[in-house]
Amino acid sequence: MCLAIIGKVESIEYPFATVNFKGTKKKVRIDLIEDLKIGEYVLVHVGFAIQKVDSREVEQYNEIWENVINSLQ
Amino acid sequence: MRSKIISELAKKIEKETNGIRDIKIMHLCGTHEDTITRYNLRSLMPKNLKLLSGPGCPVCIIPDADLQAVFHLIENANVVLTTFGDMARVPFEGKSLFYFKSKGYEVKIVYSIFDALEIAKRSDKPVVHFGIGFETTMPSTALAILDGIENFYVFSSHRFFVPAINHLLSSNIKIDGFINPGHVSTIVGVKAYEKIEIPQVIAGFEPEDVMLAVYQLVKSIKNGENKVFNEYKRAVTYEGNVKAQIVMNEVFEREDWDWRGLGLVKDSGGKIRKKYEEYDALKVFEDIFSNFEIKKDPKKRACRCGDVLKGLIEPLECPLFNKVCNPKNPVGPCMVSVEGTCNIWARLGGC
Repeated sequence: MCLAIIGKVESIEYPFATVNFKGTKKKVRIDLIEDLKIGEYVLVHVGFAIQKVDSREVEQYNEIWENVINSLQ
Repeated sequence: MRSKIISELAKKIEKETNGIRDIKIMHLCGTHEDTITRYNLRSLMPKNLKLLSGPGCPVCIIPDADLQAVFHLIENANVVLTTFGDMARVPFEGKSLFYFKSKGYEVKIVYSIFDALEIAKRSDKPVVHFGIGFETTMPSTALAILDGIENFYVFSSHRFFVPAINHLLSSNIKIDGFINPGHVSTIVGVKAYEKIEIPQVIAGFEPEDVMLAVYQLVKSIKNGENKVFNEYKRAVTYEGNVKAQIVMNEVFEREDWDWRGLGLVKDSGGKIRKKYEEYDALKVFEDIFSNFEIKKDPKKRACRCGDVLKGLIEPLECPLFNKVCNPKNPVGPCMVSVEGTCNIWARLGGC
C-alpha cells in the first residue's frame, strides 16, 4: 500500500507528468510537487508524485554508499 | 557492492551489540518487512537484537467494522465501488469485495484514486471510493475530493500513522527503538517525530538502508539518545511535503478511531471535514447506514493478526499460519495484503 517507486520525469502537462520507471511510462499527478522539471526524479505512490528525489543520490548510489561505509570506519 | 555494504554493516551491528542487554527494534512499514524478509536480514542480526514487525500495513490495521460498512453500502445502495486490490481480498464471514464483484455488484479495482475519478466522470451512478492508507495516501484522496466531481464520494478508512507510534509507546509492549516509515515520512517530514521520546531512524527500503538504520538505532539506544535520525535523505526532508500536508489537513480532521490490534488510537482517524461532507459517503448515504450493525466474524476467532500488528507474536506463532490461513486462502488481513507480515513470511519464508 505504501509502496512508492522512483521514476524520471519525461514530460509535464500540469497537473500531470509522464514518468519513466526504467522503461515503463506512466502518467501521474504532480499537483503536490513544487517546481518540478523535466529530467528530475520523483517518488510515485498510487498515481501521484509524493516527493522529489535527489537526482545525485539516484545516479551516484554506489559511490554514496562507499562514502557512508568509509565514514563509519 | 551491495553485499559488501550489508556485510560491513552486519559486522558493525554485531560489534555495537556485543555484551549489551537484549534490545527490540520495531519497524513500522510493510515495505520494510518485505525488505527484511526478502533479503533475510534477520539472519544477520545478533542474538540479543530482535527485529519486530509493527502496524505498518494499512490494509491490515483497518478493523472489520469498516469493511462491513462498505459491504452494507454496496448491498443496499446502487453504487459503483472502487478500491485498491489488496483491500478487495480481505474476507469477512467468508465474503470479500471480490465476492461481491463475482455476484454482479459493481466493484472496480483501481491503481490510483484518479482512476476512480475517471470512472465517476464516465458513470451516471454514484461512485464511492473505499479510501485506505496513511499520510502517504491521504493527500491523493484529498486532491480527488478537491477536484469536485459531483457523483464521486469517499468512504474514508484513512488513518494518521504518527499517533499510532505514541499509542505503541503507551502500551505494554517494550520497544527500544523504531524504524520509521519512509514514505509516510516523505509527507510528514522529520519534524513530525521530534516529540516522540524514543530512538528513531527514518529509513529507505533497500536492504542497506535498513541495516544502516539498525546500526544507528543500536548506537542511539546504547547512548540513550531519544532522537530521530533521517537515513532516507534522498526523499525525506525536515519539513516533509508541505503542500501535501496542507491539502490533507484541509480535507481531513482527526478523530479517535479503532485499529485492528491496537484498539482505539487517539487522533488517528482521517474523518472528512464537514466542509466537504457532500463527498463523504458516510454523510451522503447516512440513511443506508442508519440500520448498520457491527458483527464479529467467528471465522477469525483464532486469527492472531492483531497480535502480529502489535509485534507481540511472529506469524509462526499463530496456529493458523500457512495451514488454513495462507496467501491463497487468507483468514485475516495480515495474510491478504502483500504488505502484511503473514503474507510476506508465507511468500518469502520469514523466520
